[in-house]
Amino acid sequence: MRNILPILAVVFAMIIAWYAGAFMMNKKWTYDQANRAGVELTLSEVFADTMAQPRPVLPAPHQVAVNFWETTVEKKITSRRSLVFHGWITLKATLTGFILGTIIGTLLAVGIVYSRVMDMSILPWAIISQTVPIVAIAPMIVVLSNSVGIEGHLVPKTIISAYLSFFPVLVSMIKGLRSPDRMQLDLLRTWGAGKSQTFWKLRLPGSMPFFFAAVKIAIAASLVGAIVGELPMSGSGGLGARMLVGSQYGEPLLIWSALAAAALLAAVLIFIVGTIQTITLKRMGMAQ
Amino acid sequence: MTQDVVIKAQNLDLTFQTNDGPVHALKDINLDINKGDFVSFIGPSGCGKTTFLRTIAALENPTAGSITVNGMTAEEARKSRAYGYVFQAAGLYPWRTISGNIKLPLEIMGFDKAEQQQRVERVLELVELTGFGNKFPWQLSGGMQQRASIARALAFDADILLMDEPFGALDEIVRDHLNEQLLKLWARTNKTIGFVTHSIPEAVYLSTKIVVMSPRPGRIADVIESTLPRERPLDIRDTPEFLEIAHRVREGLRAGHAYD
Ligand SMILES: Nc1ncnc2c1ncn2[C@@H]1O[C@H](COP(=O)(O)OP(=O)(O)OP(=O)(O)O)[C@@H](O)[C@H]1O
Ligand SMILES: [Mg+2]
Repeated sequence: MRNILPILAVVFAMIIAWYAGAFMMNKKWTYDQANRAGVELTLSEVFADTMAQPRPVLPAPHQVAVNFWETTVEKKITSRRSLVFHGWITLKATLTGFILGTIIGTLLAVGIVYSRVMDMSILPWAIISQTVPIVAIAPMIVVLSNSVGIEGHLVPKTIISAYLSFFPVLVSMIKGLRSPDRMQLDLLRTWGAGKSQTFWKLRLPGSMPFFFAAVKIAIAASLVGAIVGELPMSGSGGLGARMLVGSQYGEPLLIWSALAAAALLAAVLIFIVGTIQTITLKRMGMAQ
Repeated sequence: MTQDVVIKAQNLDLTFQTNDGPVHALKDINLDINKGDFVSFIGPSGCGKTTFLRTIAALENPTAGSITVNGMTAEEARKSRAYGYVFQAAGLYPWRTISGNIKLPLEIMGFDKAEQQQRVERVLELVELTGFGNKFPWQLSGGMQQRASIARALAFDADILLMDEPFGALDEIVRDHLNEQLLKLWARTNKTIGFVTHSIPEAVYLSTKIVVMSPRPGRIADVIESTLPRERPLDIRDTPEFLEIAHRVREGLRAGHAYD
């Protein structure tokens, strides 16, 4: 209970600020309309109007909530207007990209830890790859995968998603696999352990805390990657496509609902990963 | 009386190449360790005790001279799993229970499951940790962790036990108790033990042979054969015989210091 109170206080303050922002940003349109019609408005009338505009600059929280409810619970999930429908499309790309990215990141880390050549040749490129803005190369990946004849949109989105998520896993796993100290390595030597035994019995389990720290970042990065990948392809569906449609047709409520859905999805994914982390580390005796 | 020599160092020299130039860690070490000996290495910090122990375990390579263990090179002896090594820190894996930690060398050496379990129980009893097998290392005190690491080194029945300041971080009372236990264990198993320490009473109490070393470069200043009986109650430390040996060790240490 003591933890929840500060959180509630922060949420409450944010909602107040949001309402205040909505009022400030939407009132210009209200006054313009009133001027045109030649009517005088009281402050409370202005306030009521800013909270209920069909196309507000900044929608009020309850408007977003209502729209979110309508497009999730009250729509059939097969409808193209349902956020569940689009969320599922985004989730698929997120998960495939995340799995691919995690595998690639882990394998590269193993290679880098065991091979000096890979350490010198791969790592700089991995770092450079992350300095290229994803929004710049996402459309290129989409176009390229189309032109080599890849059907559907899952593949390019998966690539973009993996592109973003492999890096935190790579960096963390290098650190994790190198975390055993000299004494622990020497101990294994006195027992005559080989390279693969050292890997499976010491390096890999020792890297687990690092792995989970990275995977939490990677899952969020994968979601961002999937959404960015959807932006240039509004026809394919997905939360990113919803945001684009919303902005093209001037439907801010649509954008905000899609944003809310994306945030919710991220929260659920991170919660799942966190739970797996807690269970695994607890079973390994490493949870605090 | 002829005894089997298990560890034989001849004209051993070891120089580390570091960025600040060479460090002469061991110079002209000649030493025979017999089967069943309890040998302590004592000397000021940096005199090469750890380095010598690591050389016996083939974790370092001598730059000159030779070292044989059971008639083999140190490297071959390591591969034939001739010794258990106990480091100053317990070095237990945090993600394995005490049993899991003790099983680790057994898994690596390919013992079958039933044998592993049986050995774990036996060595846990030897170090008086019966019943703690399912605990994780952080649930044990420092002294218990160190005992668990000794159990781990005992589990695969190596004839030689190499211990580098295993009780260095423990308080005196725990240390006394562990020393007593170690002696009992040594008497029961008849292992050959190489033991590094900074404490004169500890060295005298435990050893059949005390190797006093002096620094820069690390070499042997004196080798003292203990005249104490093998059976040693703790209060043997108040006997004139004990004090005399302790005195000789102290002289040896002082002589080493006066050298530089
Ligand atoms: N890997 C290494 N590389 C370079 N120099 C080393 C290395 N290991 C030890 N030395 C040097 O060799 C000398 C002997 O070190 P060693 O660790 O054997 O001393 P020690 O007698 O065990 O000391 P202490 O009682 O403090 O543990 C020291 O001067 C040390 O700096
Ligand atoms: Mg040392």
